[in-house]
Parts: sequence; structure tokens; C-alpha cells
Amino acid sequence: MHPAFSVIFLTTLIGIGQGLFLALYSGQVYSMMELLPAQDSQSFYALGSLLAVGFLIAGLFASFFHLGRPMRAWRSASKWRTSWLSREVIILPATILLIAFYGCIHYFDWNHILFSITKTQSVDLSLVIGMLATLSTFALFICTSMIYASVKFMQEWYNPLTVINYILFGMASGFTLAAVFSVIMEADVVGFYVLWAIVLTITAFITRAATILRNRNIVSKSNLQTAIGIRHTVIAQKSQGAMCGSFNTREFFHNKSATQLTVVKNIFLLLVFPVPIFMLILAISGVFTLYLTIAAFVIQYLGLLAERWYFFSEGKHPQNIYYQSVA
Amino acid sequence: MKQLALIIDLNVCVGCHACVTSCKEWNTSGWAGPMSDVNPYDANPTGTFFNRVQTFEVGTFPNTETVHFPKSCLHCENPPCVPVCPTGASYKREVDGIVLVDYDKCIGCKYCSWACPYGTREFDQKQKVMKKCTLCVDRIYDKTLPESERKPACVLACPTNARLFGDVHDPDSEVSQLIRESGGYQLMPEWGTNPSNHYLPRRKTHFKIHEDELQRVDNPLKKEGLLPEPSKDQQTLDDIYSSW
Repeated sequence: MHPAFSVIFLTTLIGIGQGLFLALYSGQVYSMMELLPAQDSQSFYALGSLLAVGFLIAGLFASFFHLGRPMRAWRSASKWRTSWLSREVIILPATILLIAFYGCIHYFDWNHILFSITKTQSVDLSLVIGMLATLSTFALFICTSMIYASVKFMQEWYNPLTVINYILFGMASGFTLAAVFSVIMEADVVGFYVLWAIVLTITAFITRAATILRNRNIVSKSNLQTAIGIRHTVIAQKSQGAMCGSFNTREFFHNKSATQLTVVKNIFLLLVFPVPIFMLILAISGVFTLYLTIAAFVIQYLGLLAERWYFFSEGKHPQNIYYQSVA
Repeated sequence: MKQLALIIDLNVCVGCHACVTSCKEWNTSGWAGPMSDVNPYDANPTGTFFNRVQTFEVGTFPNTETVHFPKSCLHCENPPCVPVCPTGASYKREVDGIVLVDYDKCIGCKYCSWACPYGTREFDQKQKVMKKCTLCVDRIYDKTLPESERKPACVLACPTNARLFGDVHDPDSEVSQLIRESGGYQLMPEWGTNPSNHYLPRRKTHFKIHEDELQRVDNPLKKEGLLPEPSKDQQTLDDIYSSW
């Protein structure tokens, strides 16, 4: 497939936003259970939510560049019964609104205690809205990834690992950003976020490596024989109906060599996993904490751009069988 | 229920591209707006087409056959491109099974083209919407046309009658009989899309000459070849030997 940068930015940016929110909310839940020190509502949770919303809106903005007719985008909410893309179009704004509401609760101090679970454990409004936003965030992860994982013709994408990777990459980059954020805010939860960023990055490495291994030996279900229905072992294309390309040659071919693909794969394997983990470990040991966490986040994001580029390029569409030779 | 479709006979297609040009001509002048071209008279021309003819060479030289292969939307009975459309612009008509795109609803996200294994949908670079074969839906029901012309433009244009149009759900229709009797098949059956368009395979026409047609069995003199020439005043050859 030809990787579209609008979609690469959409999926990576909203992943960061979602992961950052999950980091903030899990921090709040931990502090509620008195496992972590509580943070300031206004400067930490509210500002953090604003940052998450910013990334989500940036992703939403990028997605419009993928559309031929962006002014009609509102129509795309209609077929949510059958289309994962339509479901994403509904869940993405819902997630933004819920996270924004979560931030507002913290900023304007609307945090009333609603009820108590036990005598010591009380549940306030931010916890309930945060729970809803968490569900919405995971639903968004699933919708975004299922857009690709549900296309059965793309055998590289059509498996549960696609969904797992999207969730883990989003969370890993979001927790890394949460580490940066907590360092800047001088919050005493840096260790918590760094630890989880490393754990999530390692888990993402395991599932992404599994995906690479799985996709290494894919046998295409279709071939030239089934594509044109001629039962012969030797068939060569002599013309594809157009000399200078068509939509079919522009949309479904990345026009990069196998070497270039391997280089991009090695780059993302390096930038997403070992380099940020190393930097985060260094950062937590106390030297240049701010710069190292920022560098870890930026490098991991660049790596994620390469990862998403590779993900799209790796997909081989069966229609390509019809477009193997110009003349 | 009706399912209109095309039957393409690869046995007689000569790859003349008349279906491609007549399709483009009819549909670019239609109510849905032009099928736009980029650099049509310049270097690297490209454009939107509903129908393409591709050519394949089968076998190893000198034992090869050239197969011309027209490809357009197959109007699948289970179209994978329809449920993925977020706006409902892609739809399959209940009444005749034609898969269409509502160009006024399409947002140009190209997701339907990803969900089509045949690569029959093309994104119009100027109108920024997805386009595809309509089976000339604006022609086949047009009462102002004579009945013989209420067929897709490609079918009317084909000089070798390689394209046939009809209802594949009607077992007595010409196209259904051809599918049954001439080995009609679907493309990429492994995906379960159940395309309505069928292709008829290459067929060899054999002419069997039996032994007794070369060597007459009822030849009492066991003599073949030239007989002595009769004299001019005799009866003609036919008069003498016709009784044989």
C-alpha cells in the first residue's frame, strides 16, 4: 500500500493523546488508593488533559487531509452499524469531549463526591467521567485499528495483533509523554510513569516482533491464476490497460525497494524500543532528567512514524496482481 | 431477485479496447459529471476509467496464447466494498443488484477501494470522489432509447460479441445458459465475494475427421484416384458414378 502521511499522523497523534489520558487517569486511580502521592487538580490533571485533547485534535485535523471531500465528513457518522471507520468518526469526538470534561472537572473543581464504595473509599465525579473516558479511549483504539484489521484482503493486517499493537504503541508513547509532563510539572510521579512507559514499550516490542515474524511467511491467498481464472503455471502480464499509471498503481504501491523497507523497519525497531528505554532508564537515575525524557519521547515518536509507515507499506493488496507490468 | 451482470467471453475478446473507449465516452458525458483526465494530451496522461482491458501471455514461447482480459466492477453479490463505506455512499441496489456510488455522499476516503480485491474502483482526481462501473444504469432503463440499445455501452461497442449483459439469477437467460454450458467462472473465488460478472474461458473448437471419411468403405473396386478419362461422346462422370 502507499502510506498516506495524513493517516500516519492521525493514528500516531491520537495514540499519544489516548495514552497520555490513560496515564493521567491511572495516576489518579493509584493516588486514590494511596499508592501514589496525589497531584494538583489544576496544574496536573487539568493541564495534562488539555495536552491529551491537543494531541487528539491534532490527529483529527490530520485526518481531514486524507479526505477528498472534507466538507462532507459529517456524513461519515451514519454507517456505524457496519463500518469501523464510521465508528471511529463517532468515538473520536466522544473521547475528546469526555477527556475535555474530565479536565474541566479538575480545573473548575466540580469534583463532588458521588458515593462511597467502602467507608474509606469515596468515588467522585472525575473518577466516574474518567472511567467513561477510559472506556471511550479503548473503544477508539479498537475502532482505529479495526479499520485496518478488518480488511480481510490485507493479510498482513487481518489479525488481532494489529489491534494489540495499536493499543500498546499508543499507551507506550502516551506514558512516555506523561513522564515528560510530570518532570516539567515537577510532580513526584515521574518514576511511576517511566516504569510503565518502559513496561509498555517492552510489551509492544514483543507483540510487534511477533507481527513481523508472522508476516514474514504469509502466503497470498490470491494469485494470477485465480485473479484471471486461467489455469496455467506460466502467465506473464503484457499490458495493464494504461501506460502511465492509474489510481490502482498510485494507491496500492509504495514504489520503494525491499532494501528501503528493511531500512525503515530497522530504524523503527531501534527508535521505538531500545533507544527510548535506555534514555528513560538514564533519566530516572537522575542525570539530565528533563532533556532525556523529552528526547525519549521525541525519538520514540519519530520511530512510531516510521513504524506506521512500515505498517502501511508492508500491506500487499491482492489487486496488485493485476498491475505487475506496464508493457 | 434480479442480478444484472456482464459475461465476458475470453475466447473471443480480441483486446481492441472498444469497450474501454465507449464506456468512457458514455459515462464522461453523463449526468454524473465527467470522468476526469490529468495531462490527457501531455506526458504521463492518466485518468479515471470504469473499465480496463489488460493483456496476458500464457505459456512459454513458442507455445503461447495471448489472453485479453477486460476488467470492470464485478457487482459482487456479497460486495465487501459496501459495508466499509462510512457514509453509505457505496450501496448495492435491491432491485437489480447493481453496486453504485452516490457521488454526492462520497467523502473520498478511499476505504472502499481497499476493501475491493479486484481493484475496480478508481478515485477521480478532480471530483475527489470514488467512481466505478454503473452497468450504465442511466442507459439500461432509459425508455427513450430503442429496446435493443438499453444495454451497457461496452456491450453495444464490442465488435466480437465478447460482452453479454443479462440477469444471472434468471436460469433461462442467455447469460445464465452461457455460464452453465460454457464453463463460466468467477474471479478470485477464494474471498467469498461471489461476483456477479462471470468470465467464459478459452475454448478449443475441434473438428474430428473420421477414418471412413478419408477412405471410403463402400468402394467395391477398392480403387481410388483418377479413373480413365471417358470419351467426349460418353455420358458425364456424374451420370456414371453417382450411383456409387
